[in-house]
Parts: sequence; structure tokens; C-alpha cells
Amino acid sequence: MDKFTTLTGVAAPMPMQNIDTDKVIPARFLKTIKRTGLGVHLFDALRYLKDGSENPDFVLNQEPFRKAEILIAYENFGCGSSREHAPWALLDFGIRCIIAPDFADIFFNNSFKNGILPIRLPRAVCEQLVEDSKLGGNARITVDLERQVVVRPSGEEIHFEIDPFRKHLLLNGLDDIGQTLQHDKAIDGYEATRKNEPWLPTIAA
Amino acid sequence: MAPRTLFDKIWDSHVVERLPDGTCILYIDRHLLHEVTSPQAFEGLRLAGRKLRRPDLTIAVADHNIPTVGARSPADIKEEDSRIQVQTLEKNVKEFGVPYIPILDVRQGIVHIIGPELGLSLPGSTIVCGDSHTSTHGAMGALAFGIGTSEVEHVMATQTLLQAPQKNMRIDVSGTLGLGCSAKDIVLAIIGKITTAGGNGHVIEYTGDTIRALDMAGRMTVSNMTIEGGARAGLIAPDQTTFDYIKGREYAPKGEDFEKAVAHWKTLPSDPGAHFDTEVFLTSAEIAPMVTWGTTPGQVIPVTGVVPNPADEPDEGKRAQLQRMLDYMALTPGQHLTDVKVDVIFIGSCTNGRIEDIRAAAHVAKGRKVAEGVQALVVPGSGLVKKQAEEEGLDRILLEAGFEWRDPCCSMCLGMNPDKLTPGQRSASTSNRNFEGRQGIGGRTHLVSPAMAAAAAVTGRFADVRQFG
Repeated sequence: MDKFTTLTGVAAPMPMQNIDTDKVIPARFLKTIKRTGLGVHLFDALRYLKDGSENPDFVLNQEPFRKAEILIAYENFGCGSSREHAPWALLDFGIRCIIAPDFADIFFNNSFKNGILPIRLPRAVCEQLVEDSKLGGNARITVDLERQVVVRPSGEEIHFEIDPFRKHLLLNGLDDIGQTLQHDKAIDGYEATRKNEPWLPTIAA
Repeated sequence: MAPRTLFDKIWDSHVVERLPDGTCILYIDRHLLHEVTSPQAFEGLRLAGRKLRRPDLTIAVADHNIPTVGARSPADIKEEDSRIQVQTLEKNVKEFGVPYIPILDVRQGIVHIIGPELGLSLPGSTIVCGDSHTSTHGAMGALAFGIGTSEVEHVMATQTLLQAPQKNMRIDVSGTLGLGCSAKDIVLAIIGKITTAGGNGHVIEYTGDTIRALDMAGRMTVSNMTIEGGARAGLIAPDQTTFDYIKGREYAPKGEDFEKAVAHWKTLPSDPGAHFDTEVFLTSAEIAPMVTWGTTPGQVIPVTGVVPNPADEPDEGKRAQLQRMLDYMALTPGQHLTDVKVDVIFIGSCTNGRIEDIRAAAHVAKGRKVAEGVQALVVPGSGLVKKQAEEEGLDRILLEAGFEWRDPCCSMCLGMNPDKLTPGQRSASTSNRNFEGRQGIGGRTHLVSPAMAAAAAVTGRFADVRQFG
């Protein structure tokens, strides 16, 4: 996983609530056995017209948002299906940070595992950032994870909260499986304490 | 010790280690795998040279990509990417020694149907799967939730997950359900009340005499759609209904082990006075046969209702979003749902693919005919459900009424197999999501109960099942 330290880039405004993961990447694109290459299908139904051509009205088809690295959205981003193809598609497109008032729980978790930083900020702040982002390429937004601030084009800094463990993993690009495996002995010990529960069925392969 | 909730008790008994910031290494008792969200996790293990720690606590089944008509073995799947995904699962389970239920086995079915059916989903256990509808197993009194593929890989390698504790939410439903109402109507009414984000950050426990009176199939329907209200897990305390359901199932504990297990399971229900961060109360008077009208599951009204008017919404952004939904759904404000015609009926999915659901549909279909121009699919949730339905003669009732009787799969819930809506088609569906394009590009989905789906099938429009004998 790539580290996330600071990011300065174009932010694309998607001022909608309940952007579900079916919208981020429809089910027909989940028939892949790889993590990469999904960017072309990101927001497929919004991004392309029936004949397959680009929908010029959709923000990610417009300059400078084709190069967006940040998304600004409204409540409950990433609701619905647990598909990690959603953050994979966002990452493959180039999105490294999503700012919204809140996120669905599974999507929120999945983002961190892929080096994408989801930031919760109040609706009023998100509305300001939507207006900022509409200014386009000259109005870049900076996200500084170490200092936990979003910097508006005006220079105003907005503090955000993040769980310290997740911050540590992101800043260092750490694989959390590797972290957990350092607790291998504790897992062995825990399993030994469950041996007196004969009712948990195991299955022979 | 302070009084604890059902969730607190399961959580506490599965904490391997608490890290300094409060994150816990949580032990996982049962890991369910399917073909869509596992290939990248197996690949991750392979690349890192890691083993799958506990294959004996893992089970795999292919359920999303399987055709519901015609030849079903992996080599027969016509769509290449679907075939490759299923064949990749078969290759991976062999390489990593994971127990697997083959497609042609009578026990094959939707992973969330077969876990309880085979006696693998038990009270007090932790159950995960790379699938948001893992919440279904919460009906057994288990802590069950969906995870992403990176977490699937984490469980494969460590049999644990890194989890932050969640808040407790209680949803209490009281009163006797009205005529024609089912578990599906209960959960749709709940989501309508709490909204699609209402449960974010929480684990829900469903309580109250209405929930207690449900059979296990009904409880699973309620727990299944917990994720549609934003919570990852929705639990129902185990009781005699639960124990009777489990007893005798293939992998369920037997004899003395079963008695010991029941004694343990009886300690699980929330203690009197246990603290819930949020409490929501519904009465059966708020529940009627429900139909969704929008493109999120929270946009739901009784079948006797009319399509809302976006003009009544004061917030400009929300108003525009509502208008967009009505445009997508091709509905007009004030329109009666009973005037809305349907093209396709889908009865099935992990929400409503159990024998009780098929009985409810057959009860309405018996002696009637599917309306002209309507296609009506019935897709049992598993091979065992299908077999039982055929033993009860339900297939004949449905076939005589003009329904199609298919083989088990996730099917038109999300259209990863050939069962899809075409652009502009409108469905009455017993599945769980009415998102834009969920059942096929441009498809218009209305979520309903199995009885309401059958009533729509024979009427050709949404119909109030209470008017069917």
C-alpha cells in the first residue's frame, strides 16, 4: 500500500447524498479477479451515455476534474454493497481522498486498506469545499495527514479527526496483516482458551 | 460486572488483544467465502507467501455468477468473466484446502441462506464474509457482518480482524402484525423510519414481541436488511425458536454438545438494564404491506400510498435529488402505487429466498395466473430450499400460475448472472436494494415482500395483498 502523507490536488465536487457503491462501480464490473484496471468503469452509469460516449455533464468528464485526486460529497458516501472494487476503482482513477459529512462503515474501512483517506467534516464545511472545488484548477486543496488539516484555496486550515492507529498505518503505508501477525502468540493463546467449547463446528476439507 | 448487551457479550468473548488506542484484534469463528470478493484475497496470500490459518473454520460456495436455467457446472457458464471467476474459486479452494460446496451439490445456494441451513451459523459466534448481507446471520444471535476483500485476506491469514468497538442501538417492534404483513414489511418500515444512514457506526439489536413472534426465516429477513439502514450487524437474541431451528442440522452440535451449547446460548441475551446508545421504537400500527418508490431502500410507503412530491422538500439539494429519482423511476408525484404497472417479478435472494418465502408466494399464486406481458421468476435460495419446495408441490402451483421455477443463485438481485432487467423495465422484487441500475442498466426496482411480489405478478400492477384471500 502506498503511503499517504500530504496531497495537493484538484477536488471534484459531487454534492449528492447516499452515493452507493453500486453507483461507484456497478455489479457487472465485479467479475474480475484483479484489483487494478477498474478506473475506466468508475461511476459508469453517470459517466457514460447509452452509446458508450462520455456524458459531458458529468464532473469527472470535465477539465480539470479528469485529474481530480480529491472528491467532495455529501452524507452517507459508500453505502450499500461491501465491494472493495469501489475504493479500487476510485484509486485506479486517481482519487486518494474523499471528504464528506459521513461515510458508510464498510466503505470507510475499505478505503484505509487501500491508502485512500476518507475525511469526515461537517456538512457546512463540505458545502464550502464544493464551492471551492468549482473554481477548478487554480483552486487546489491540500490535505496534510500528519497535521490533520485540510487547507482551502484561501489558505484557511480546517482540522479533521482520525483514529491514531489508522493514521499510523496510512502515514507509513503499512500492511495491517503484517501488524496483526506480530500478535501471533496471542492468537494461539486465544484459540487454546476456546478448546472447551466443543460446539463450534469445524469442517474437514 | 455492569449489565451488557448481546453484542457486548459476543464482542468481549472474542477479543484476542486490545491495542493501546482501543482497536481490538477480534477472533472470527466462521469465515464464509464466495467467488466475487475472494480472488484478490487469495492472490494477496499467494504473493506474500502466507497460509490460510484455519481452513476448518472457513467454507466457500459460488453463488453470484451461476445461471438459474440450463447447464450449471462451471465449464458451462457462457459468460467468460463469470466462468473465470467461478473456476478461480474452485482452483483457490483446492490450493488452500478450503472446504467447498460444489455447484452441482444439492446444498449449494446463496451463502447467507446456506450458513444457517447447514447449522454453521450459531448463536454467540462471530461470522464474516466479503458481502454486506452477512448481517443475515445476526438472526441466529451471532455477531455477523460484511467486510471488504482486504479484510477477507486478513481473516484468511490471521483468523482475526482489527476492529474498533461500535455503539449499541436497539430497535424494538411491538404489537401483532396486521393481515398480509411480513418480516420484509417490518424491516422496510424500520429503514423508512431510521433512514439509510441511521445505523452507521452501530450494531443493532432487534427486540420486542413482534420480532420474538417471527420464525427464523422472518428474523433472517430483518437482520439481512440491517445494512440498508447503515448498520453492519443486526442481532436477535437466541431463544427456543432459534434452538429448535438449529437442532439436527448438518454441522450443528449433536447430543451432549448440543445441550452444552444451548446452556451457553441461554446466557447470551442482553442483561436487564444494559445500555443502548440509541433506541428506536416501532409499533405494528406503523407497518403495512410496503413498497419502495425511490432509489434507496429508505424511500418506502404503504402500498395504499401515493408517490411523494419533491416540491414538498424545503432543501434545494434534496429536492433536486428527489426529482432525479422520480425521473429515473418514471413516476409522477401523487401517483397511486396501485396504478403502477410492473414488467418483471423477482422472488428470491438472501433476503427472501427461503422456503417460507416461496410458500407465501405460492399461497397468493395458487389458482391465479401471471398477468399478460409480465415475467415472473422464482429463484430458491439454495438447492435444499428448492428440493423442499418441490416436495411440497409449490413448484407445480407456481408453474401452473405461469411463474418460472429456476435454480438457486443470487440471480436478479444484482444481475451478475444472465438474469437482469433491461433498460426501462420495472420490477417488483423481494431483494434488498433498489439502487439505480442494481438489477440491470436502467432497470427500475421496487422492493416488496414475497406475497406482495406474487400479488403484483397476477395483477400486473402493485396490489394490496390484503385483498387476496
